[in-house]
Amino acid sequence: MQGKMAIIGDGDSVLIFSAVGIDPYPVQDSTDAAELIKKLAKNYKIIFITDVIAKDNDETIKKYLTSPYPVIISVPSKSGSNGYGESLIKEAMEKALGIDILFNKNDEEEGH
Amino acid sequence: MNVNPTRMELNRLKARLKTATRGYKLLKDKTDEMIRRFTSVIKENKLLRDSVEKEVSAVLAQFSVARSLMRRSDIELAFSMPSVSLKVECTTGNVMSVAVPKLSLEESRAENVYPYSFAAVTSEADYSVELVGKIIAKLVRLAEIEKTTAMLADEIEKGKRRVNALENIMIPNLQETIKYITMKLEENDRGSRTRLMKVKSMMEGRNQ
Repeated sequence: MQGKMAIIGDGDSVLIFSAVGIDPYPVQDSTDAAELIKKLAKNYKIIFITDVIAKDNDETIKKYLTSPYPVIISVPSKSGSNGYGESLIKEAMEKALGIDILFNKNDEEEGH
Repeated sequence: MNVNPTRMELNRLKARLKTATRGYKLLKDKTDEMIRRFTSVIKENKLLRDSVEKEVSAVLAQFSVARSLMRRSDIELAFSMPSVSLKVECTTGNVMSVAVPKLSLEESRAENVYPYSFAAVTSEADYSVELVGKIIAKLVRLAEIEKTTAMLADEIEKGKRRVNALENIMIPNLQETIKYITMKLEENDRGSRTRLMKVKSMMEGRNQ
């Protein structure tokens, strides 16, 4: 089964990904993105979303978490990561293990 | 539990307890193994995400420079025909009977990596195209592994809940009910025995 890839991003900078065959969907507003995600989820197997938009559409993205496809992955925007991707990892870890095995260094520092 | 204290019910409950204990052991082993896999997957996930985040924002920043040097319509034109056509083979893998996505990238590169004529595009754009070609394999891998992590986490949570329910509610409940029925049956037994003894002594008293 072959799948297509799409990227949803804030601003035009996602256009670069069309050079490698990923369909770019620039959006200006995070609220437009929710509809777009739902629409794209039917046709695309992998959807990349810049994390600024991903953060605002957290609930929509979580809906697709339980089935193997589509895979919705956040990527940082051009100004750098806002920590959404890390927060997802952390969430999954706490859900499964109940403890923090990767980021605990930060917690210790906070504790002091 | 609210049951009739009969021998049949007792047998039924004993069978259920046996199944529950066995199921509990199996489920616990499964969850433990899933957690073991999960820890290795999540470590890879973390490393991969860190490196991908750096690279992607570098690419996007690089491209925004390139874009600022060109008109939007030119950019769209230049990238509208990708020369690198990437195909992603999407199947589902199996990690401890959880269906996870498995992605493999099939790259069919054309001779020329750049999907446009050099005359129309600045060298900054060339550079970002080169960069994006390099990170795409990593991105696909990240997509696969991050989904796997999320799905495993979900499954582990469900498994844990089941194990806990069995351990703390179902099994003690069954044991308690079995104990109650056994005691009730013994009590009935003693009751009827004393009654018989009493009747016997009464009949003996009448015969004398």
